[in-house]
Amino acid sequence: MSLVTGLRCRECGKMYPVSPRVVCDCLAPLEAAYDVDGWRKALSREVIARRAPTLWRYREMLPLDHEPVTSLNVGFTPLVKAQRLAAALGCKSLWIKNDAVNCPTLSFKDRVVAVAINKAKEFGMETIACASTGNLANAVAAHAAAAGLEAYVFIPDDLEEAKIYGSAVYGAHLVRIRGNYDAVNRLCTQIAGEYGWGFVNVNLRAFYCEGSKTLGFEVAEQLGWRIPPVVVVPIASGSLITRIGKAFSELAEAGLLEPTPFKLIGAQATGCSPISVAVKQGGTAIEPQRPSTIARSLAIGNPADGYYAAKAILDSGGTAGDVSDEEIREGMKLLAETEGIFGETAAGVTIAVARKLLREGKMNPDEETVLCVTGNGLKTLDALVGHLDIGVTIRPRLEEFEAQVLRTAGSPAIAAN
Amino acid sequence: MPIQVRIPAAISKGSHGSTTVEMKAANLSELLTALESMYPGVRKTICDDAGKLNRFINVFVNDEDIRFLGGEKCQFQDGDEVLLIPSIAGG
Repeated sequence: MSLVTGLRCRECGKMYPVSPRVVCDCLAPLEAAYDVDGWRKALSREVIARRAPTLWRYREMLPLDHEPVTSLNVGFTPLVKAQRLAAALGCKSLWIKNDAVNCPTLSFKDRVVAVAINKAKEFGMETIACASTGNLANAVAAHAAAAGLEAYVFIPDDLEEAKIYGSAVYGAHLVRIRGNYDAVNRLCTQIAGEYGWGFVNVNLRAFYCEGSKTLGFEVAEQLGWRIPPVVVVPIASGSLITRIGKAFSELAEAGLLEPTPFKLIGAQATGCSPISVAVKQGGTAIEPQRPSTIARSLAIGNPADGYYAAKAILDSGGTAGDVSDEEIREGMKLLAETEGIFGETAAGVTIAVARKLLREGKMNPDEETVLCVTGNGLKTLDALVGHLDIGVTIRPRLEEFEAQVLRTAGSPAIAAN
Repeated sequence: MPIQVRIPAAISKGSHGSTTVEMKAANLSELLTALESMYPGVRKTICDDAGKLNRFINVFVNDEDIRFLGGEKCQFQDGDEVLLIPSIAGG
């Protein structure tokens, strides 16, 4: 079934055979190249519609040489029409792509790991590993357990408890690094170079990143095979937003939809905003930052795909924005209170940036917009501790209920008495 | 100014991981010159046309990104450990 023709350098275009290769001879990153005519022959809307509702319904557009053998029930998460949130933000037509309920680990990272782990199987690897801000660690640990592979996950030592235990429970080996994600990533690049392990986001990255495209494929299919005019995407390494743009372009190349214009909007926390800063200055040169934000899943100060993300945003005619920790919490609450969706801090970033850019007139409220929610709020509860009204505690007595609950709430039930 | 420089296999073309070599260099510019004499042609690979290190290479001095230490103005000290790493990973 393979429609992968090799790995192509993203800078000089040099081609390499499919292998767990880290970089081109020119040291630039590699990406999967495909037989585009093969897509046109193999795929149609009808063929895809007959397949199971998982990300594998687009398997010809993913870099596997064989049918997937593990991580089979991932993706095809809901695209929710968000009318109450649209009203709150003052815009006309809004959708939430809800990867907070992706399977099995409740974030979009299930997509990339599903592809990487099948590729690791094809390469005959027995151990997989990752550098992670948390969600990826959860996904690698879970998918490896289900596939019967050993997993090593390398994480910053100050991660949210839910993300630490949510990796350890699967029997993965945890290595907690004293340092931020960029330090973890540096160490993992060295380990991959020295020991040849299958690091999903180092030497399997060319394959792994392609999994992110499926979020874009699904949005387009769920909209009735069309590209949304605007997509707001949270940014950490910059890989997801780049691949969503690539997904829309590839669907058009495959003849599955009309190539209509779309704007990519990048969302970051102000405490870690290297890509947002570059885009707001109209450039692609990324200055690294030392992250300090509650949105720890986005806390990458030296993003590997920073240049490509900034370029994709600017080329699309889009923009980027960044928001404070307080605005992030407000974004999480607004999403939960209007749509009943509990996204993690990164979702708060997405909602708050959309709200900010709409207020500033940098997003058009009349344009149909998709907001990407990429992780689940239950994993980042600590960001909300002390910031929510968690109600009163009373003794189990009717008078206390009336005095402390009904009266405080100004209930008409009490007024009638 | 002797410093320890760890060079990735992608540059040294070694088949067994990275290589650590001692070099004499006081700053990034001198380091690139020393690297070029050790691996002829490497400058063309890792620098752009203006001679600046390209964006695919990260340089760390004692575990700190050189861009936080003044970049090209950073002065190496005796015994510093300098790490060159392709910036392709993560996320």
